[in-house]
Amino acid sequence: MLGLKDVKWTAEDGRQILKGIDFELKEGTLTVITGPNGSGKTTLAKVISGVEEATEGSIMLDDTDLVGKDITERAKLGVAYAFQQPVRFKGISVRDLIELARGEAVEEFDICGIMNKVGLCTKDYIDREVNDSLSGGEIKRIELATVLARKDAHLLLFDEPEAGIDLWSFNGLVEAFEELKKKNDKILLVISHQERLLEIADNIIVIADGKVRLAGPGEEILPQLMNDEKSGECPIGKDMLANG
Amino acid sequence: MDKITESLLKLVSDWDDGVYEGAYNIRENGGCAGRQSTDNIRIEPKEGGKGIDIYVEPGTKDEKVYIPACISRGNVDDIVYNDFHIGEDADVTVVAGCGVHTDDDEGSRHNGIHRFFLEKNSKVLYEEKHIGTGDGEGKKSIDPETEVNLKEGAVLEMNTQQLSGVDHSVRITRGTLGDGAKLIIHESILTDGDQYAKTDFDVVMEGEDSAVDLISRSVAKDESYQEYHSKIRGENRCTGHSECDAILVGNGRVNAAPELYAGDLDAELIHEAAIGKVAGEQILKLKTLGLTEEEAEKRIIDGFLSA
Repeated sequence: MLGLKDVKWTAEDGRQILKGIDFELKEGTLTVITGPNGSGKTTLAKVISGVEEATEGSIMLDDTDLVGKDITERAKLGVAYAFQQPVRFKGISVRDLIELARGEAVEEFDICGIMNKVGLCTKDYIDREVNDSLSGGEIKRIELATVLARKDAHLLLFDEPEAGIDLWSFNGLVEAFEELKKKNDKILLVISHQERLLEIADNIIVIADGKVRLAGPGEEILPQLMNDEKSGECPIGKDMLANG
Repeated sequence: MDKITESLLKLVSDWDDGVYEGAYNIRENGGCAGRQSTDNIRIEPKEGGKGIDIYVEPGTKDEKVYIPACISRGNVDDIVYNDFHIGEDADVTVVAGCGVHTDDDEGSRHNGIHRFFLEKNSKVLYEEKHIGTGDGEGKKSIDPETEVNLKEGAVLEMNTQQLSGVDHSVRITRGTLGDGAKLIIHESILTDGDQYAKTDFDVVMEGEDSAVDLISRSVAKDESYQEYHSKIRGENRCTGHSECDAILVGNGRVNAAPELYAGDLDAELIHEAAIGKVAGEQILKLKTLGLTEEEAEKRIIDGFLSA
């Protein structure tokens, strides 16, 4: 169980980005967080993973409050986080990263399995450096693989996993998410605007202007979002952002 | 051979319980601790024990020659002159590590002066690791000087690594490339404490379609200081590329001065350089995989130096 209670975060310049976020997520579910750009979605992922520290509130993963714990401690408690903007490393190969994520040596066969889920033909990639020679789409898929490779992951956070990846890889990723869901012991939290991901979501949380604007089961929330699109009005939250 | 030399050999070369496969020459405290020639690789001492001449027969393929040099105590100032004569179409690997160990206050230095003469279409992979060990206050210095002469179509690839513990190092490389010759250098240097390391590289591409690729990775920790000066000169239609990247940790300092000279309209020369601390986002990413800050930094630096 992941439970956020009144989570707030204020930037160094004094702007309050998260204005009190509450929600609860269960194991074996996939939740998509959506909402307009600048609404605080990525900040929320950072605050849960520990990259940023919440200024107020609590983030309970089962019986443990993550607030006050550093990134490494949270990772060891089972928090896995795929960055929106992947990081490049000179001299660290795909194999190295996968093994760091797994925390042990990984057989080539298993690395292939993980990489296949994100649509990368492994043999060609396994010993490539995760450096500037990789394209945006390639590096993004490797980033996703570092989360899928985690052995002890309990809460899996993906920040816009669809960005920059092709349709075929994306379908593979959707399958990987559904597989993870079936395991029933993991909480999947995905930040996305992608309709296909919204369709398979058990829950949808719409964040606007640093607050939960709308939340509920996917089948209830998605039609409302689609109606907003069709009506030609500003999608939910955009009006608030424009005014706020 | 003493125990310290044996442990140094393990660190800088493929020394495996007293055996090298192929030709070798082991230099210990300025003397010879073992030598072996093969049918295709002949090692001959120079007069007065000042060094060796290594002759590789034309057409020799897939053979290795080991020429490690070790100093196992303080108060040794060793200068050695080694010349490599590589016959046409030969393709060999040279392993040339150097270790300096001091247990007392007396400093020691190894100065290896290497000259490479690569005949037409020959190929050499040169592997070199440098390390300093021992608790002695004595300064451990390794100052290699390398002269490279590449004839038509010859290829020399040099991988040089300064691992740790070397207090002072000045590395000088000079070279001349003929038509279609290629020189590829990967160097990595790690300094800490108040160590000093300098790289001074000056290569002339005289031949048509010759090429130089120089990749340098430096990590300067603590109070250490590194200087880097490379000069790539193109006097013909040729390509030259140098990339020098440095990471600073603590109060480490680096002065990088790359230089390009084009003396021909068709000389294509590129330089890339970057100096900075370990990127914060790299540390963050590895921490999200469960590494501590220290583990993450070490892993990033190890990877960077091996690139």
